[in-house]
Amino acid sequence: MSQKSQVIQLYKTLLHLGREYPQGYDYFRTRLKRVFMKNRETTDPKKIETMIMHGQYVVKELEALYMLKKYRTLKRRYYGDQS
Amino acid sequence: MARVLVGVKRVIDYAVKIRVKPDKTGVVTDGVKHSMNPFDEIAVEEAVRMKEKKIASEIIAVSCGPQQAQETLRTALAMGVDRGIHVEVSGKDYETLQPIHVSKILAKLAQDEKADLVIVGKQAIDDDSNQTAQMTAAVLDWPQGTFASKIEKGDGNLTIVREIDGGLETVKVKLPAVVSADLRLNEPRYATLPNIMKAKKKPIKKVTPKDLGVDTAARIEVVSVEDPPVRQAGSVLADVDELIGKLKEGGHV
Repeated sequence: MSQKSQVIQLYKTLLHLGREYPQGYDYFRTRLKRVFMKNRETTDPKKIETMIMHGQYVVKELEALYMLKKYRTLKRRYYGDQS
Repeated sequence: MARVLVGVKRVIDYAVKIRVKPDKTGVVTDGVKHSMNPFDEIAVEEAVRMKEKKIASEIIAVSCGPQQAQETLRTALAMGVDRGIHVEVSGKDYETLQPIHVSKILAKLAQDEKADLVIVGKQAIDDDSNQTAQMTAAVLDWPQGTFASKIEKGDGNLTIVREIDGGLETVKVKLPAVVSADLRLNEPRYATLPNIMKAKKKPIKKVTPKDLGVDTAARIEVVSVEDPPVRQAGSVLADVDELIGKLKEGGHV
Protein backbone atom coordinates (compact mmCIF):
# COMPACT_ATOMS: atom_id res chain seq x y z
CA MET A 1 0.00 0.00 0.00
CA SER A 2 1.35 3.43 -0.89
CA GLN A 3 1.92 5.92 1.87
CA LYS A 4 -0.85 8.10 0.56
CA SER A 5 -3.45 5.37 0.82
CA GLN A 6 -2.09 4.36 4.22
CA VAL A 7 -2.66 7.89 5.47
CA ILE A 8 -6.18 7.98 4.01
CA GLN A 9 -6.95 4.60 5.57
CA LEU A 10 -5.66 5.82 8.93
CA TYR A 11 -7.80 8.95 8.72
CA LYS A 12 -10.90 6.90 7.91
CA THR A 13 -10.24 4.48 10.75
CA LEU A 14 -9.79 7.34 13.20
CA LEU A 15 -12.97 9.04 11.99
CA HIS A 16 -14.84 5.79 12.50
CA LEU A 17 -13.48 5.45 16.02
CA GLY A 18 -14.28 9.09 16.74
CA ARG A 19 -18.00 8.46 16.53
CA GLU A 20 -17.86 6.92 19.98
CA TYR A 21 -15.55 9.51 21.53
CA PRO A 22 -16.82 10.48 25.02
CA GLN A 23 -16.66 14.21 24.27
CA GLY A 24 -18.61 13.80 21.05
CA TYR A 25 -17.90 13.24 17.38
CA ASP A 26 -17.56 16.93 16.50
CA TYR A 27 -14.96 17.51 19.19
CA PHE A 28 -12.96 14.59 17.91
CA ARG A 29 -13.31 15.31 14.20
CA THR A 30 -12.22 18.94 14.34
CA ARG A 31 -9.11 18.01 16.32
CA LEU A 32 -8.33 15.06 14.09
CA LYS A 33 -8.58 17.20 10.99
CA ARG A 34 -6.40 19.89 12.53
CA VAL A 35 -3.62 17.41 13.30
CA PHE A 36 -3.66 15.94 9.80
CA MET A 37 -3.71 19.39 8.17
CA LYS A 38 -0.81 20.54 10.34
CA ASN A 39 1.41 17.85 8.84
CA ARG A 40 0.21 18.14 5.26
CA GLU A 41 3.46 19.74 4.03
CA THR A 42 5.59 16.81 5.20
CA THR A 43 7.29 15.09 2.28
CA ASP A 44 10.08 13.02 3.87
CA PRO A 45 8.90 9.37 3.60
CA LYS A 46 10.69 8.48 6.85
CA LYS A 47 8.88 11.23 8.75
CA ILE A 48 5.55 10.20 7.26
CA GLU A 49 6.25 6.62 8.26
CA THR A 50 6.80 7.70 11.89
CA MET A 51 3.58 9.68 11.83
CA ILE A 52 1.60 6.72 10.47
CA MET A 53 3.05 4.58 13.24
CA HIS A 54 1.99 7.19 15.76
CA GLY A 55 -1.52 7.25 14.27
CA GLN A 56 -1.80 3.50 14.55
CA TYR A 57 -0.73 3.76 18.16
CA VAL A 58 -3.54 6.27 18.76
CA VAL A 59 -6.00 3.82 17.16
CA LYS A 60 -4.95 1.12 19.62
CA GLU A 61 -5.18 3.56 22.52
CA LEU A 62 -8.71 4.59 21.54
CA GLU A 63 -9.85 0.98 21.27
CA ALA A 64 -8.39 0.31 24.72
CA LEU A 65 -10.05 3.44 26.08
CA TYR A 66 -13.50 2.38 24.86
CA MET A 67 -13.08 -1.12 26.13
CA LEU A 68 -12.01 0.04 29.57
CA LYS A 69 -14.79 2.59 29.78
CA LYS A 70 -17.38 -0.07 29.02
CA TYR A 71 -15.79 -2.60 31.36
CA ARG A 72 -15.63 -0.12 34.24
CA THR A 73 -19.22 1.06 33.73
CA LEU A 74 -20.52 -2.50 33.77
CA LYS A 75 -18.39 -3.39 36.74
CA ARG A 76 -19.77 -0.44 38.68
CA ARG A 77 -23.35 -1.27 37.71
CA TYR A 78 -23.35 -4.97 38.29
CA TYR A 79 -20.54 -5.69 40.70
CA GLY A 80 -20.77 -2.44 42.69
CA ASP A 81 -20.10 -3.58 46.25
CA GLN A 82 -17.15 -5.80 45.54
CA SER A 83 -13.62 -4.48 45.40
CA MET B 1 -14.31 -29.47 15.99
CA ALA B 2 -17.45 -27.92 17.31
CA ARG B 3 -20.10 -25.70 15.83
CA VAL B 4 -20.92 -22.78 18.10
CA LEU B 5 -24.17 -20.84 18.27
CA VAL B 6 -24.05 -17.43 19.94
CA GLY B 7 -27.03 -15.34 20.92
CA VAL B 8 -26.76 -11.57 20.50
CA LYS B 9 -29.28 -8.97 21.57
CA ARG B 10 -29.70 -5.41 20.37
CA VAL B 11 -30.10 -3.16 23.39
CA ILE B 12 -29.96 0.55 24.15
CA ASP B 13 -26.27 1.49 24.30
CA TYR B 14 -24.76 1.22 27.77
CA ALA B 15 -23.69 4.88 27.76
CA VAL B 16 -27.15 6.28 26.96
CA LYS B 17 -29.19 7.91 29.70
CA ILE B 18 -32.45 5.95 29.83
CA ARG B 19 -35.71 7.90 29.74
CA VAL B 20 -39.07 6.44 30.75
CA LYS B 21 -42.04 7.19 28.50
CA PRO B 22 -44.50 9.62 30.13
CA ASP B 23 -47.31 7.04 29.99
CA LYS B 24 -45.11 4.55 31.91
CA THR B 25 -45.50 1.78 29.32
CA GLY B 26 -41.78 1.44 28.70
CA VAL B 27 -38.62 3.38 27.91
CA VAL B 28 -37.93 5.70 24.99
CA THR B 29 -36.21 3.75 22.20
CA ASP B 30 -36.89 5.94 19.15
CA GLY B 31 -33.84 7.86 17.98
CA VAL B 32 -31.74 6.35 20.77
CA LYS B 33 -28.35 4.78 20.07
CA HIS B 34 -28.45 1.01 20.21
CA SER B 35 -25.62 -1.50 20.23
CA MET B 36 -24.86 -5.09 21.04
CA ASN B 37 -25.47 -6.17 24.63
CA PRO B 38 -21.97 -5.99 26.23
CA PHE B 39 -22.26 -9.46 27.76
CA ASP B 40 -23.11 -10.84 24.32
CA GLU B 41 -19.97 -9.19 22.95
CA ILE B 42 -18.05 -11.25 25.48
CA ALA B 43 -19.90 -14.36 24.31
CA VAL B 44 -19.06 -13.61 20.66
CA GLU B 45 -15.41 -12.94 21.55
CA GLU B 46 -15.16 -16.29 23.32
CA ALA B 47 -16.58 -18.10 20.28
CA VAL B 48 -14.20 -16.28 17.93
CA ARG B 49 -11.23 -17.19 20.15
CA MET B 50 -12.35 -20.82 20.05
CA LYS B 51 -12.32 -20.65 16.28
CA GLU B 52 -8.86 -19.09 16.29
CA LYS B 53 -7.66 -21.94 18.52
CA LYS B 54 -9.27 -24.38 16.04
CA ILE B 55 -11.60 -25.68 18.73
CA ALA B 56 -14.62 -24.39 16.85
CA SER B 57 -15.26 -24.98 13.18
CA GLU B 58 -18.08 -22.54 12.56
CA ILE B 59 -19.74 -19.74 14.51
CA ILE B 60 -23.36 -18.78 13.93
CA ALA B 61 -24.86 -15.69 15.55
CA VAL B 62 -28.58 -15.43 16.25
CA SER B 63 -30.55 -12.31 17.06
CA CYS B 64 -34.27 -11.97 17.74
CA GLY B 65 -35.84 -8.61 17.09
CA PRO B 66 -36.95 -6.05 14.53
CA GLN B 67 -35.16 -5.25 11.27
CA GLN B 68 -32.44 -3.29 13.11
CA ALA B 69 -31.33 -6.47 14.88
CA GLN B 70 -29.40 -7.13 11.66
CA GLU B 71 -27.05 -4.27 12.56
CA THR B 72 -26.18 -6.12 15.73
CA LEU B 73 -25.62 -9.28 13.71
CA ARG B 74 -23.30 -7.31 11.41
CA THR B 75 -21.24 -6.27 14.41
CA ALA B 76 -20.95 -9.91 15.41
CA LEU B 77 -19.96 -10.83 11.86
CA ALA B 78 -17.33 -8.08 11.90
CA MET B 79 -15.88 -9.57 15.09
CA GLY B 80 -15.36 -12.90 13.32
CA VAL B 81 -18.65 -14.79 13.30
CA ASP B 82 -19.21 -16.77 10.08
CA ARG B 83 -22.91 -16.27 9.46
CA GLY B 84 -25.99 -14.82 11.04
CA ILE B 85 -29.60 -15.81 11.59
CA HIS B 86 -32.10 -13.04 12.09
CA VAL B 87 -35.31 -14.15 13.75
CA GLU B 88 -37.69 -11.39 12.92
CA VAL B 89 -39.97 -10.30 15.73
CA SER B 90 -41.30 -6.78 15.52
CA GLY B 91 -43.91 -4.36 16.81
CA LYS B 92 -46.19 -5.54 19.60
CA ASP B 93 -44.73 -9.05 19.58
CA TYR B 94 -41.26 -7.71 20.30
CA GLU B 95 -42.44 -5.63 23.24
CA THR B 96 -43.62 -8.74 25.07
CA LEU B 97 -40.91 -11.09 23.81
CA GLN B 98 -39.50 -12.85 26.86
CA PRO B 99 -36.48 -15.07 27.59
CA ILE B 100 -38.79 -18.10 27.43
CA HIS B 101 -39.54 -17.38 23.78
CA VAL B 102 -35.92 -16.60 22.96
CA SER B 103 -34.72 -19.81 24.61
CA LYS B 104 -37.18 -21.88 22.61
CA ILE B 105 -35.97 -20.17 19.43
CA LEU B 106 -32.30 -20.70 20.37
CA ALA B 107 -32.97 -24.33 21.28
CA LYS B 108 -34.69 -25.02 17.98
CA LEU B 109 -31.91 -23.35 16.00
CA ALA B 110 -29.23 -25.18 17.99
CA GLN B 111 -30.83 -28.45 16.92
CA ASP B 112 -31.46 -27.40 13.32
CA GLU B 113 -27.90 -26.14 12.89
CA LYS B 114 -26.45 -29.13 14.77
CA ALA B 115 -24.60 -26.88 17.22
CA ASP B 116 -22.37 -28.44 19.88
CA LEU B 117 -22.20 -25.38 22.05
CA VAL B 118 -24.47 -22.42 22.69
CA ILE B 119 -22.88 -19.31 24.21
CA VAL B 120 -24.91 -16.31 25.32
CA GLY B 121 -24.26 -13.31 27.55
CA LYS B 122 -25.30 -13.93 31.14
CA GLN B 123 -27.91 -11.19 30.93
CA ALA B 124 -28.96 -8.27 28.78
CA ILE B 125 -28.40 -4.80 30.15
CA ASP B 126 -31.92 -3.68 29.24
CA ASP B 127 -34.24 -6.15 30.99
CA ASP B 128 -31.59 -7.79 33.21
CA SER B 129 -33.51 -11.06 33.10
CA ASN B 130 -30.59 -13.50 33.33
CA GLN B 131 -32.73 -16.42 32.18
CA THR B 132 -32.01 -17.19 28.54
CA ALA B 133 -29.02 -19.50 29.05
CA GLN B 134 -30.67 -21.42 31.85
CA MET B 135 -33.93 -21.92 30.00
CA THR B 136 -32.23 -22.81 26.71
CA ALA B 137 -30.32 -25.54 28.54
CA ALA B 138 -33.58 -26.76 30.05
CA VAL B 139 -35.44 -26.84 26.72
CA LEU B 140 -32.58 -28.74 25.07
CA ASP B 141 -31.95 -30.88 28.15
CA TRP B 142 -28.24 -30.03 27.87
CA PRO B 143 -25.86 -29.29 30.75
CA GLN B 144 -25.20 -25.63 31.52
CA GLY B 145 -22.24 -23.58 32.71
CA THR B 146 -23.50 -20.17 33.69
CA PHE B 147 -21.51 -17.02 34.65
CA ALA B 148 -18.38 -18.41 33.03
CA SER B 149 -15.16 -16.53 33.69
CA LYS B 150 -12.95 -19.18 32.08
CA ILE B 151 -13.65 -21.94 29.57
CA GLU B 152 -11.30 -24.78 28.68
CA LYS B 153 -12.01 -27.47 26.15
CA GLY B 154 -11.32 -31.07 27.08
CA ASP B 155 -12.09 -34.28 25.24
CA GLY B 156 -15.83 -34.07 24.60
CA ASN B 157 -16.29 -31.77 27.58
CA LEU B 158 -15.68 -28.26 28.86
CA THR B 159 -14.13 -27.18 32.13
CA ILE B 160 -15.81 -23.96 33.19
CA VAL B 161 -14.83 -21.63 36.00
CA ARG B 162 -17.99 -19.95 37.27
CA GLU B 163 -18.31 -16.66 39.11
CA ILE B 164 -20.38 -17.26 42.21
CA ASP B 165 -21.02 -15.14 45.30
CA GLY B 166 -17.69 -14.39 46.90
CA GLY B 167 -15.69 -16.93 44.93
CA LEU B 168 -15.25 -19.27 42.02
CA GLU B 169 -16.63 -22.68 41.20
CA THR B 170 -15.15 -25.05 38.64
CA VAL B 171 -17.50 -27.40 36.85
CA LYS B 172 -17.07 -29.90 34.06
CA VAL B 173 -19.86 -30.28 31.53
CA LYS B 174 -20.27 -32.74 28.68
CA LEU B 175 -20.84 -31.39 25.20
CA PRO B 176 -23.29 -30.36 23.84
CA ALA B 177 -23.76 -27.65 26.44
CA VAL B 178 -25.03 -24.12 27.06
CA VAL B 179 -22.67 -21.51 28.50
CA SER B 180 -23.35 -17.95 29.65
CA ALA B 181 -20.55 -15.39 29.68
CA ASP B 182 -19.68 -13.26 32.70
CA LEU B 183 -17.88 -9.93 32.58
CA ARG B 184 -14.39 -11.28 33.25
CA LEU B 185 -14.42 -14.08 30.68
CA ASN B 186 -12.45 -12.04 28.12
CA GLU B 187 -11.92 -8.60 26.63
CA PRO B 188 -13.98 -8.27 23.44
CA ARG B 189 -12.17 -7.00 20.37
CA TYR B 190 -13.21 -3.85 18.59
CA ALA B 191 -14.97 -4.33 15.25
CA THR B 192 -12.54 -2.53 12.92
CA LEU B 193 -13.63 -0.61 9.86
CA PRO B 194 -12.20 -3.07 7.27
CA ASN B 195 -13.83 -5.96 9.12
CA ILE B 196 -17.18 -4.17 9.17
CA MET B 197 -16.86 -3.82 5.39
CA LYS B 198 -15.99 -7.48 4.97
CA ALA B 199 -18.89 -8.46 7.22
CA LYS B 200 -21.31 -6.99 4.70
CA LYS B 201 -20.56 -9.92 2.43
CA LYS B 202 -21.28 -12.56 5.05
CA PRO B 203 -24.70 -14.21 4.86
CA ILE B 204 -27.61 -13.43 7.17
CA LYS B 205 -30.58 -15.77 6.99
CA LYS B 206 -33.95 -14.39 7.92
CA VAL B 207 -36.57 -16.55 9.63
CA THR B 208 -39.67 -15.97 11.72
CA PRO B 209 -40.59 -17.65 15.01
CA LYS B 210 -43.46 -19.26 13.10
CA ASP B 211 -41.00 -20.98 10.72
CA LEU B 212 -39.35 -22.45 13.81
CA GLY B 213 -42.65 -23.50 15.34
CA VAL B 214 -42.27 -21.21 18.33
CA ASP B 215 -45.32 -19.41 19.70
CA THR B 216 -44.38 -15.88 20.75
CA ALA B 217 -47.75 -15.02 22.27
CA ALA B 218 -47.41 -12.66 25.22
CA ARG B 219 -47.16 -14.34 28.60
CA ILE B 220 -46.90 -11.16 30.56
CA GLU B 221 -48.41 -7.73 30.51
CA VAL B 222 -46.28 -4.70 31.32
CA VAL B 223 -48.23 -2.89 34.01
CA SER B 224 -45.91 0.02 34.69
CA VAL B 225 -42.32 1.13 34.09
CA GLU B 226 -40.96 3.73 36.48
CA ASP B 227 -37.79 5.69 37.10
CA PRO B 228 -35.69 4.70 40.09
CA PRO B 229 -36.20 7.02 43.08
CA VAL B 230 -34.12 10.19 42.91
CA ARG B 231 -31.58 10.55 45.69
CA GLN B 232 -32.63 13.30 48.06
CA ALA B 233 -30.40 16.33 48.45
CA GLY B 234 -28.27 16.49 51.58
CA SER B 235 -27.61 19.57 53.65
CA VAL B 236 -24.51 21.11 55.21
CA LEU B 237 -24.67 21.69 58.94
CA ALA B 238 -22.77 24.35 60.82
CA ASP B 239 -21.62 22.46 63.90
CA VAL B 240 -21.88 19.27 65.93
CA ASP B 241 -24.75 20.54 68.10
CA GLU B 242 -26.88 21.10 65.04
CA LEU B 243 -26.01 17.61 63.82
CA ILE B 244 -27.06 16.06 67.11
CA GLY B 245 -30.26 18.09 66.98
CA LYS B 246 -31.05 16.79 63.50
CA LEU B 247 -30.24 13.21 64.47
CA LYS B 248 -32.58 13.44 67.49
CA GLU B 249 -35.23 14.91 65.25
CA GLY B 250 -34.91 11.96 62.89
CA GLY B 251 -34.98 9.55 65.82
CA HIS B 252 -31.46 8.20 65.18
CA VAL B 253 -30.04 8.94 68.65
